[in-house]
Amino acid sequence: MALSRLSSRSTTLLQPFATTSLLRRRHISTDTTPITVETSLPFTSHLISPPSRAVETSSQELLSFFRDMALMRRMEIAADSLYKAKLIRGFCHLYDGQEAVAIGMEAAITKRDAIITSYRDHCTFLGRGGGLFEAFSELMGRTTGCSKGKGGSMHFYKKDASFYGGHGIVGAQAPLGCGLAFAQKYSKEEAVSFTLYGDGAANQGQLFEALNIAALWDLPAVLVCENNHYGMGTAEWRSAKSPAYFKRGDYVPGLKVDGMDALAVKQACKFAKEHALKNGPIILEMDTYRYHGHSMSDPGSTYRTRDEISGVRQVRDPIDRVRKLIIAHDIATEKELKDMEKEVRKEVDAAVAQAKESPIPEPSELFSNIYVKGFGAESFGADRKELRATLP
Amino acid sequence: MASLLSRFCRKLALPGSAHGSRMTSTTACGSETVKSLNLYSAINQALHIALETDPRSYVFGEDVGFGGVFRCTTGLAERFGKNRVFNTPLCEQGIVGFGIGLAAMGNRAVVEIQVADYIYPAFDQIVNEAAKFRYRSGNQFNCGGLTIRAPYGAVGHGGHYHSQSPEAFFCHVPGIKVVIPRSPREAKGLLLSSIRDPNPVVFFEPKWLYRQAVEEVPEHDYMIPLSQAEIIREGSDITLVGWGAQLTVMEQACLDAEKEGISCELIDLKTLLPWDKETVEASVKKTGRLLISHEAPITGGFGAEISATILERCFLKLEAPVSRVCGLDTPFPLVFEPFYMPTKNKASSSSSLSSPSKTHIF
Repeated sequence: MALSRLSSRSTTLLQPFATTSLLRRRHISTDTTPITVETSLPFTSHLISPPSRAVETSSQELLSFFRDMALMRRMEIAADSLYKAKLIRGFCHLYDGQEAVAIGMEAAITKRDAIITSYRDHCTFLGRGGGLFEAFSELMGRTTGCSKGKGGSMHFYKKDASFYGGHGIVGAQAPLGCGLAFAQKYSKEEAVSFTLYGDGAANQGQLFEALNIAALWDLPAVLVCENNHYGMGTAEWRSAKSPAYFKRGDYVPGLKVDGMDALAVKQACKFAKEHALKNGPIILEMDTYRYHGHSMSDPGSTYRTRDEISGVRQVRDPIDRVRKLIIAHDIATEKELKDMEKEVRKEVDAAVAQAKESPIPEPSELFSNIYVKGFGAESFGADRKELRATLP
Repeated sequence: MASLLSRFCRKLALPGSAHGSRMTSTTACGSETVKSLNLYSAINQALHIALETDPRSYVFGEDVGFGGVFRCTTGLAERFGKNRVFNTPLCEQGIVGFGIGLAAMGNRAVVEIQVADYIYPAFDQIVNEAAKFRYRSGNQFNCGGLTIRAPYGAVGHGGHYHSQSPEAFFCHVPGIKVVIPRSPREAKGLLLSSIRDPNPVVFFEPKWLYRQAVEEVPEHDYMIPLSQAEIIREGSDITLVGWGAQLTVMEQACLDAEKEGISCELIDLKTLLPWDKETVEASVKKTGRLLISHEAPITGGFGAEISATILERCFLKLEAPVSRVCGLDTPFPLVFEPFYMPTKNKASSSSSLSSPSKTHIF
């Protein structure tokens, strides 16, 4: 494998030149000289020729992958603690383990391309340029949150980055995503829509309706199935006759991607965007894994073994993969990466502390934004005589 | 099991369980054994009995195999086998449509929709297929064996999609029945009646009460009749009508009102469609005042139907306008849930429940 060859070569290089290598190493995080890396696995395709396994990247990109994924990982772990401390109420669905999908996708697209996803949206929000402070504020229901504290964990949005959220009902975002794609095609924006859904949602009728519409009208829609192999507690083989989700489109081409390899994700998304702009919809199945249970109410170990979870963590963890690449290509040392992780941790802790100080929305916000101001109705309270509030 | 329950479940004083209420339902006589059960256990017992007594009955839905996310289907798959109790993929429309087909072949299909907020993809199947099957086939076919169970209502932290009360949508559909129990003992009897009723029934279970409500439930097979409301607290000054978890709140309001000398009559509607107009009418003709309370938003809620009907039937006997203490006209909020909910204070301070001398007749 390309990876093991590189790592053995670099260890022999490093040893005799321990001090001078510090001078020779490319400056951390700004070098954009292309490096070519092979993806972990070849792509499997349906009705289309797969893209090449050789992905172009750079030191800058790899380091940014590492930092951003570490940030996402830390954020999810912090959210776990906050939920257990009852500072986050409602439901909380964590994305740790799946970071490579969010990061790889962002590397291949622009902020004019739209992303729409389900309720496991914290990291997607961060990938779209969302801030930690907005994220934690929203999780804790504060006004400084990205949805003004009214959405919570499942409803993160970012309009200026074309992030259409954050949806609670499983599969409901699929036809929406095709609608976004239609608008983009109509306006000749040369942009595409990425509609993310899970292996559980893949069995919803609306998925097939969305696929048919997208294919019929050649919409620039990329449907991304984040297959973490469990729909809540149901393993894919127990809910799907055909767990080859990339083939479910039948007449729509598909690609199966190792979702734990950020570079493979990047390559696939780049390929998909080009395809969608020219030929219409394509399905990407990201073979990924979540370490946490479905949500914070689910321990995640009643339907899968702890060995399975730790096995994936040891062999396929997306952050470790990038870490090894960085070290192998001599871009940074192990220590520098650990320092980066410490820095990230501080950043997350600071954002949490700041968010904790933020105010809860005013009670009048209960009635705001139901309708457009001036076009709504009066909202009635207990007896149609008390608590009369005109919707702002 | 009882000690475990008493340790972990905060027992609620359930309306009708004390205070010398007049029970019109067919409950256990002294010789039958009873057991202290919470709501999900009572429903579980009803399902066990239903499957036991009819070999052509089936229970299916998302995650029911291991016992369900609310434990209502525990032990069913082990006892009756995976051919009768099975998991479905995540597709509500498909699940209900499939249930209608199964029922059309003369079977009893007990469908679980994991949370009532997810019932909408199946709305077309329920309204257009299930409700009208008997009618449009000239009674050749029917899906009477269909029962759809769904946990509904606020739970304290459910947010937009784990707290809704969609009963009003279904009450607008001739051809189906809508049933909502208030407690474990009621739930078991009503569920068995719903499953055995020869019409499709949508059965909403108050999820807040799954663990919170504990009651003595008879162990034998018993049914509580549908479309019969129950007066769970007798009074003479005002009639209060509600269903499900809201009755607990209303009973608190009744107790508060008693302290001010207002005698409240509390009615559990139980079946919302078709609803027992006669009982409510008789009560309002006696008291002259009506207050309806439900968690669902006030506009277009089922309280509006009750109000309009009672107005038609009792106009000359009414001493005050019918009042409705309901959820606000907003999507079910996350952080604002305490403001949204029709609390006992809102009920108590509504003009109907304040002292009669203070009430203004406009």
